[in-house]
Amino acid sequence: MTKHDIFQPTTLKKLEKQFADWEANELAESLERRGESKDEFRTEAGIAIKRVYTPLDIADIPPEDIGLPGQYPFTRGPYPTMYRARPWTIRQVSGYGNAEDTNARYKYLIAAGQTGISTDFDMPTLMGYDSDHPMAFGEVGREGVAIDTLDDMEALFDGIDLNVISASLTINPTAFIIYAMWVSAAKKRGYDPQRLMGTIQADILKEYVAQKEWIFPVRPSVRLVRDTILYSAEHTKRFNPISISGYHISEVGGNAVHEVAFTIAFAISYIEECQKLGMSVDEFAPRLSFFYVCQADFFEEIAKFRAARRVYAKVIKERFGAELAESMRMRMHVQTAAMTLTKPQYRINLMRTAVQALAAVLGGAQSMHTNGFDEAFTIPTAEAMKLAIRTQQILAEETNVTSIVDPLGGSYAVEALTSEFEAKVFEMLNQIDDLGGAIKAVEAGWMQRICADTAYEYELRKARGERTVIGVNKYVEEDEEPADFAPHPYDEGTLERQLARLNRVRAERDTASVQAILERMKVIATDEKQNLLPVTMEAVEAKATLGEICDALRSVWGVYREEPIF
Amino acid sequence: MKNDAAPIRVMMTKLGLDGHDRGVKIVARVLRDAGIDVIYAGLHRSPEEVVTAAIQEDVDVLGVSLLSGAHMPLFGKVLDLLREKNALHITVVGGGLMPDEDVAKLKEMGVADIMRQDSTPEQIVATIRRVVAERSDA
Repeated sequence: MTKHDIFQPTTLKKLEKQFADWEANELAESLERRGESKDEFRTEAGIAIKRVYTPLDIADIPPEDIGLPGQYPFTRGPYPTMYRARPWTIRQVSGYGNAEDTNARYKYLIAAGQTGISTDFDMPTLMGYDSDHPMAFGEVGREGVAIDTLDDMEALFDGIDLNVISASLTINPTAFIIYAMWVSAAKKRGYDPQRLMGTIQADILKEYVAQKEWIFPVRPSVRLVRDTILYSAEHTKRFNPISISGYHISEVGGNAVHEVAFTIAFAISYIEECQKLGMSVDEFAPRLSFFYVCQADFFEEIAKFRAARRVYAKVIKERFGAELAESMRMRMHVQTAAMTLTKPQYRINLMRTAVQALAAVLGGAQSMHTNGFDEAFTIPTAEAMKLAIRTQQILAEETNVTSIVDPLGGSYAVEALTSEFEAKVFEMLNQIDDLGGAIKAVEAGWMQRICADTAYEYELRKARGERTVIGVNKYVEEDEEPADFAPHPYDEGTLERQLARLNRVRAERDTASVQAILERMKVIATDEKQNLLPVTMEAVEAKATLGEICDALRSVWGVYREEPIF
Repeated sequence: MKNDAAPIRVMMTKLGLDGHDRGVKIVARVLRDAGIDVIYAGLHRSPEEVVTAAIQEDVDVLGVSLLSGAHMPLFGKVLDLLREKNALHITVVGGGLMPDEDVAKLKEMGVADIMRQDSTPEQIVATIRRVVAERSDA
């Protein structure tokens, strides 16, 4: 047996010749008989796709860039054994009505085999209004759970063992308050905060670009993120105080490169803010976590996850001089792409989601939410969520894809795409540096403009039929029957029940001491160097409402108003 | 009566706390590219703000985008306010994510049409021109 090293210069030379011959003969003949369906093939992010990839395409990639799983730069996965040790966490986001309603849904999902919890909050909670505020009209408990006070938080996690199941809290401008309420509720139940597992989204910069949930201007909002990261590093060491999120950037129109570049640019800004207070990157970076979409473009998405890990590791090591491997290791939650789901022929959303979920697994996700088939109608039903969990269980337990770590590592195509993707992300990070960093870019609307333009181009491609959306611009069924399931209903009694508890809490607490704490909070808010989390903990424990805490800070910092870009 | 030569004026809005603005911005841009006068009022507006602005701007159509699920109460409030302020000559068109039965109810309540998430640019422009023409004929 002779050993053939396919990357030997002599072998590559031979391969080059073989490739040229193939192009001149087999390929040329084939193209003559029948041309290809398009003149050029590209990924959704516009990366040119070759017809076929060979060792020639990856010969120039430094072997250490590919590396091994659990090893810098983590291209092949954050851990050495990945799903052989345990599969990703099945973490379906849910939330509606009062805390009791959502608590019941959690228990249903856990019974169906969910292994993590994730909470969606209603719009007033996300935006810093109590349930009785005029801006909360029609929204209480509508598309998430309503949380006004610590009592709501206690009811939300009632009977759920926080040592066994980790909780993710999907909230941003009011994240610091929800974090304080969650830690307080856990402490009251006797949990050691240093052992609590969980994640809070708290990624405010992407809100100005994508999801559009905000309260305060950009700078004080970033300070709240910094305060949460630093407080958590000291008091809840196993908790992830941020989940830097590309998902929303994709949903609002950004492509895969924008998604990764913006999240890493945001991470850079948060790290810089934390460092200004004298923290070293290794003190908090191990607990920074990420959240990405898994879109429909299968191989681009897999390359995206691999490239994101590599870029992040290099940035943390080279730019910030981190020394701990844990600081450089990107961990990610992934959600399949709600934007790809359609109302026409809605059942096919199950298949779309399953394929996207497979790409997330092949890309090495740590936890996952698979969307419900009915999400083009409203928030999902319990049945839809069970099917979504089953989709993940099929991948985890029936397909055997979990047995090989990074099974596409070494694929000529996937490695080449990963490296091209990495280069594009670095190019964009350089552009953001030239603009003065992510915070300035957000304030200037630079990312907002990119997302709006990309969304518009996508819509035009869809209208021209260049981007197929089955059921919408292809294989359309004109005489489709109306949906034969009942979408998730809204319980009209939600508001009344919510106000009953809010009013009881307000009546029972010591309001004078709440006011005193809030006054102190306002003073601390004026000093940029201080951390607002200790006083926030005090406020929620004294039963200040979420709206009152936000009002106190609104009175100091004012509110954000967007310059609409379209 | 709408003078045929004058361009149609549309105000696009997001009501309440819903921040999903991908759709509303695409619609605004599609209409603008079709030669329609478009004002985008931005995010997080209350029904009162939106109705007052629509009257001040003397628009033909008030486009309201909602993906928060709060469409029934919020559209109800907008229509009530238009009625109160004697401004029912402004046609309300909705858009976003809503169940079919709610779409039927909204039309009964007085919303001229609802653009679905899969409307094409051509359909969007045609819908606006049609509802304005229908109102002028009435």
